[in-house]
Order: sequence, then C-alpha cells, then structure tokens
Amino acid sequence: MADVADKQSKTAVPPESDAAERRPLPRWAITLTSVAGILVLWEILGRHINPIFGSYPSAIAVAFWELLRTGQLWSALSESLQPFFVGYGLAIVAGIPIGLIVGRFRTAEAAFGIYITAGYAMPLVALVPLLILWLGLGFKVKVAVVFLMSLFPICINTWLGVTAVPKTLIEVGKSFVAPNFVILRRIILPATLPYIMAGIRLAVGRAVVAMVIAEFFTTISGLGAVIINSANNFDTATMFVPIIILMVMAVGLNGLIGWVEHKVAPWQAEIAGRDRE
Amino acid sequence: MGEVSFVDVSKRFTLRVDGELHQVQALDRVSFTVRDGEIVALIGPSGCGKTTALRVAMGLDAANAGRVTVDGRAINGCGHDRGMVFQHAELLPWLSAMQNVMFGLEMKGMRGQPLRDTAKKYLDLVGLADSKNRRPHQLSGGMKQRVGIARALAIDPKVLLMDEPFGALDAQTRESLQAELLDIHARTKKTILFVTHDLDEAVLIADRIVVMTHGRVQEIVDVPLTRPRADLSIVRGLPEFNDARYKIWRMLHNEPTVH
Repeated sequence: MADVADKQSKTAVPPESDAAERRPLPRWAITLTSVAGILVLWEILGRHINPIFGSYPSAIAVAFWELLRTGQLWSALSESLQPFFVGYGLAIVAGIPIGLIVGRFRTAEAAFGIYITAGYAMPLVALVPLLILWLGLGFKVKVAVVFLMSLFPICINTWLGVTAVPKTLIEVGKSFVAPNFVILRRIILPATLPYIMAGIRLAVGRAVVAMVIAEFFTTISGLGAVIINSANNFDTATMFVPIIILMVMAVGLNGLIGWVEHKVAPWQAEIAGRDRE
Repeated sequence: MGEVSFVDVSKRFTLRVDGELHQVQALDRVSFTVRDGEIVALIGPSGCGKTTALRVAMGLDAANAGRVTVDGRAINGCGHDRGMVFQHAELLPWLSAMQNVMFGLEMKGMRGQPLRDTAKKYLDLVGLADSKNRRPHQLSGGMKQRVGIARALAIDPKVLLMDEPFGALDAQTRESLQAELLDIHARTKKTILFVTHDLDEAVLIADRIVVMTHGRVQEIVDVPLTRPRADLSIVRGLPEFNDARYKIWRMLHNEPTVH
C-alpha cells in the first residue's frame, strides 16, 4: 500500500513555490552576463595578440560593419542559407519517417538500422570529392552534403524515441483495434516527438558545419568563401565575422526549434517539469 | 448479449533469468464463464495469472491452448466487442479527456457530430463533463481512471475488461469509484470481468469471484449479496459480506501445493 500513496503524491498539485520571496535571476540575464564577460575578457586579451594570429570583438565589429556596408555579407549569407535550409529541411522530412519505420518494424531495423548507425559516423569530408563527381560543384552538391550530415542524428533520435514509447500506450491502440499505420501516426509519432525535436536540434550544428565544408571543398562561395578569402589575406578580424554569424545562427535556430517544440508538444513541458538547482 | 467463456485456456511464458530460460505456466487449463450482465472478479495472489487471463480475453496475448469466446464466437485478436480499462488508465498524454474518449470511437469508424456527442455522453456518465478539455496530467488519478472507463464504455462493447482499475488509487477515491462502477453497471447492464488483488473490492462489486492460484482456477464463489448495492458502507457491515470475504480469505491462505 505504500507505493499507492507514492503514486498519488506524484499527481498531486505541487505546493505554492516561494518564488515571491527569493526571485532567482532570469535565465536570459545570466546568459547575457556570461556573454558580456567573455566579450570583455576577449577584448582585453585579444588586443595583446598580433592581429594575424587573433582578433578581438571591437575589430570584428568593425569588419562586420564593413562587410555589411559593401553588401558582401548579404549576398554571402543568402548564398549559404539556400543550400543549408534545403538540405536541412530534406533531412527532417526524410529522417523522421525513416526513424519511425526502422524503430517500429523489426525487419526494417534489422535490414537498415546498421546503415543509420554507420552513416552517423561516416567521414563525410572524405566523401565530398566523390559527391562532386556525381553532382557537380554547384547547389546540388552543397544540398547533398548538408542533407547527409543532418539526416543521421534525426534518424537515430527518432529511432531511439520509438523504442522508448511505453508498450502500454501501443496496447491501448491495439485494444481499440487501431491499424498499424494509425498506431504509428497517432500514438508512436506524438510519443516520440521530444526525441525527434532533440534530433532536429542536434542536426542544426552538424548542418552548419556541413554547409561550411561544402563551401570550402566545392565552388568556394557564401560565408565559407568569406572565411577562406579573408584568411588568405591575413584579415583575421573579417574571418571571424562569418564564424560568429554561423554560431549565432545556430543558437537562434536552436531557440526557434525549442519554441516550435513547445507549440507542437505542449504537454511535454508540462509533464517533464525541470526541477533544477 | 455479452457472455464470455474461457475454455481450457493455457498460456506459457518463457523468461530469461540470469541467462537461464524458465518456462512459466501462467494459465493452466482455465475454464469459467461470465454470464451476460454479470460482474465477475478474478482474484488471487500476484503472479497467479489473473492479469494474463484478462489480456488473453482482450486479445493482447494469445493462448497456447484453449479458447476464449464472446457470445459463443472464439475471439481472434482484439475487437470492438471488448473494451479494456487499463491498470494505470493509460490515457494518451497529448489528448484531452474528450479526445481520449473519441480515440476509441474513431477507431470504430465514428466521425463528425455523433463522435463528439457520444464522447460527451460517456464523459457525462463518469461525471467528467466539466473537465473534458483537460489533458491527463491535469487530472487526478481517479479522474484519469474515469476517463479510461468512459473510453472503454463509449465503444459500446459487449464486455468490459478491467485490469486492477482501482489498484493505484487512494482508499477514498477507490471507494467512490467502486460505487460509481456499480452505478454504471446498473445503468448499462454491461458484462464486466475485472481483475483485482483487493478482496473487499471483489466481494463488494462482483456477483461471482473466480479465485486463481498458480495459473489455475481454484474455486468459483457466488457472492450472496443482492443488487442494487447502493450504499457500500452498509454492504460492508452485512454478515453476508463478511462471510464471503472470510471464506475467500481462507481459500487464498490455504492454497493447495502445486505438483
């Protein structure tokens, strides 16, 4: 009977928190302080380094303004983002159903699981020359590189998520005589959503790296070209501009995905309340 | 109509414990019948096979031998003629109470206005009309199980199968749900087969009690209480209640050794 009481207490409403007494610092304030601290430190230390070997925030900001003023930044950014979003989008569209099917059906898992696991570790850089032979130097090969890099984390996470769906929820579907496809779409897909979203998040970082790799090794273009050209001219400050833009973009996309997750799976945040120090 | 018969049902499981394979005889030639409109409780110590029996009746597990029939027809997998109430309700967490009830109905092919009307009707039956838009985590344990019952009843099955439906609830909630189940039974006249480890619950609710030990039916006991059993607190004081309770308690504690 003891465990009966335990199970009940979990569903009970938590007592009013004492948030009013000691309101903790908002998360954004902590992050902002951290970023500001790093920038100040970088600025102080960076000024003592030879501008070829390093740079510092104010010099990068000047270089940023210069790229913006000449219009280089916008054209490079749009050149980069097109293959990025096409490749990343295709990876999401293909990765989720592949992961669902491999996770759900024994035969599919036995037949194709091994390629997903191996594909995740594929040294893609080494394959770029081959991809160029197949797809040329242009838009297509860039899409392919981004696609291949971001597909596998989405597949693996979806697959993992399917195997973690409580068996009893699937039995609910079965006992109401839901066909296999309906169980997949109406029970397994929503139950797997948190895993899928985590995979999509992980894929952002890999997609950004893939995009730059593609720009280095195929037609030198976009933000990758800005990096290479300024590095070749020993213009380290300018080189940092696209690098920082890409990092900021990844952070922004991550936040956007979190927001989308909250919209498509609002129950998740309510169930998995994060209780942390 | 809604008559469920177990005919010589046997079920074995193979378990791997520390690398060794063990054969477990979960059900050993189990035979009994739940008559139309009757409430039968399956009771016994944990591991006696009572939940397995219910899962075989639902079609979630297949018997190795024997068959389960509903109104004379042998079951083959799950079907809309049986409605299952799970131990922990097992509501889909992303759906509201109403949508959870609608889920079962949609699987039966119902659409549009009749779908919403029927779901509403059954939420009303379990007293949850006001909470129909809440998601499961916004419901208490008792409310969740009410939704679970509404979901199973809504598809209008011939038989309601319940797997320790009140086992995870606190005493007060359990008592009110037991009374409510009797009330629902009086109104719908459904055949109910339910599994419990709670002796009081079995005697309070059931017309007959199937006592199981080691995968076998040890005894089938008639509960000498009349219906309606409107006030369960009065029923608990009746000598018939205590006699039946004591009789089964003795059975469970003097179980014969298995050969």
